[in-house]
Amino acid sequence: MSDIINTSDFDPEFRKEVFEEPGAEKIVLCFNCTGCTSGCPMADQESEYNIRKFLRMANLGMKDQLLNSPYIWYCTTCYKCQERCPQGVKNVDTMLKIRTIAIKNGIMLDNHRKVSQLVIKFGHAVPINDDAKEKRKAVGLPDTPPTVHKFEDALGEVQKVIKIAGFDTLVADQEADS
Amino acid sequence: MSKLSFFLGCIAPNRYPGIEAATITTLGKLGIELEDLKGASCCPAPGVFRSFDKITWLALASRNVTLSEEMGLDILTVCNGCFGSLVDANNLMKEDSKLREEVNKILAEIGHEFKGTIKVRHIIEYLSQEVGVQKIKEAVTIPMDLNIALHYGCHLVKPSNERHLGSTENPRFFDELVEATGATSVDYEDKMACCGAGGGARTAVLDTSLQMVMNKLENMKAAGVDCIIDACPFCHLQFDVGQTEIKKKFDKSYDIPVVHYSQLLGLAMGLPLDELGIDQNLIVNEEFNKKIEKIRGGVK
Repeated sequence: MSDIINTSDFDPEFRKEVFEEPGAEKIVLCFNCTGCTSGCPMADQESEYNIRKFLRMANLGMKDQLLNSPYIWYCTTCYKCQERCPQGVKNVDTMLKIRTIAIKNGIMLDNHRKVSQLVIKFGHAVPINDDAKEKRKAVGLPDTPPTVHKFEDALGEVQKVIKIAGFDTLVADQEADS
Repeated sequence: MSKLSFFLGCIAPNRYPGIEAATITTLGKLGIELEDLKGASCCPAPGVFRSFDKITWLALASRNVTLSEEMGLDILTVCNGCFGSLVDANNLMKEDSKLREEVNKILAEIGHEFKGTIKVRHIIEYLSQEVGVQKIKEAVTIPMDLNIALHYGCHLVKPSNERHLGSTENPRFFDELVEATGATSVDYEDKMACCGAGGGARTAVLDTSLQMVMNKLENMKAAGVDCIIDACPFCHLQFDVGQTEIKKKFDKSYDIPVVHYSQLLGLAMGLPLDELGIDQNLIVNEEFNKKIEKIRGGVK
């Protein structure tokens, strides 16, 4: 009985939002050739990871099931499926759009939140540390690279862009929200 | 002498600076001058930040592009992730006037404007297309007689409608650059497979991501190679740090050294070893080091 899907649960607005991403709407042309999933290196590791299923769920408007699936975060964006699709579905771009909608709905992994906060604070997802400074000197480079790490006003620019775009609020700790 | 701005990204300058140093010196020897792209930030990582919020990703990536536009120079990257992010953003901003307008409004607040005047290049496709195999062969002073497992990585060649670098399942251009240094690019199973790090997967699901790189390492080991050659610091980190994590989590040892193409070029041009930083990797393989020493006839 649990396999019964009620069409009343489908959310056409969600489908519309996913289809804002160019190439996502091509999923309606999918004839199940399975080229995407049979070539997927993540599906080799995790059988629950099935990009075709996720995109077809999006096409049906199965918002809650899809956004709450832990597997939408498994895609490595290798683009093999997108290259192979005979119907021109932009699989990876669509997957990224699904994630965008999840995050807009407050669904985000803690680790991704942390990486986002590093960019907000330092302008780098992988910032410098003391060990790296020593390594830089050892290969004959200045200990601080000529990036936002060296130029404070440049970091200020990055932080201002983030603020205007509202990214800082989007990825803020959930505790801070409540 | 051609000139480009050097977009460093995060992992090369902040984890594997040998890649940065080797790139500056080896390209200099090939007549390519790299100017600092002062104040550049994270690209930002496409699979992660683009998926979190497209406008934030596009605005930050476009800001990096405008810094180079203001210098009147094309950008050079040594990372597939940075290449993917900056090329995709550069193309999107050139093609989509609505997005360009929206992003330029944000950039105007910090005194920049995207104009669409430059190209974004990756060291491998740049060397292949603008410098050529012959010129690299001529710059090699010590042919590196090594058997290597070449890892193209995904975003150098895909999505192909943005990259235009030919076959994504059986490309040759990077192999040719490797062979120009005297090394042999050994065929191995699933050579074009992903390292497993991208798209935020390494951050989100480390164990599964490591299983993916383990598959690659198994296939490389079976082919009997001296080292891995890559062209992306994030793949580099996944192979290097990944091997130590795999040892801890899954009790499997591979001890395959990981070398960026710029470092291989440095070895073949006879550059001092301590300026290449290969010994700064977590995976240090004495047998490999001895082989390098023997090939280079004592050139430190």
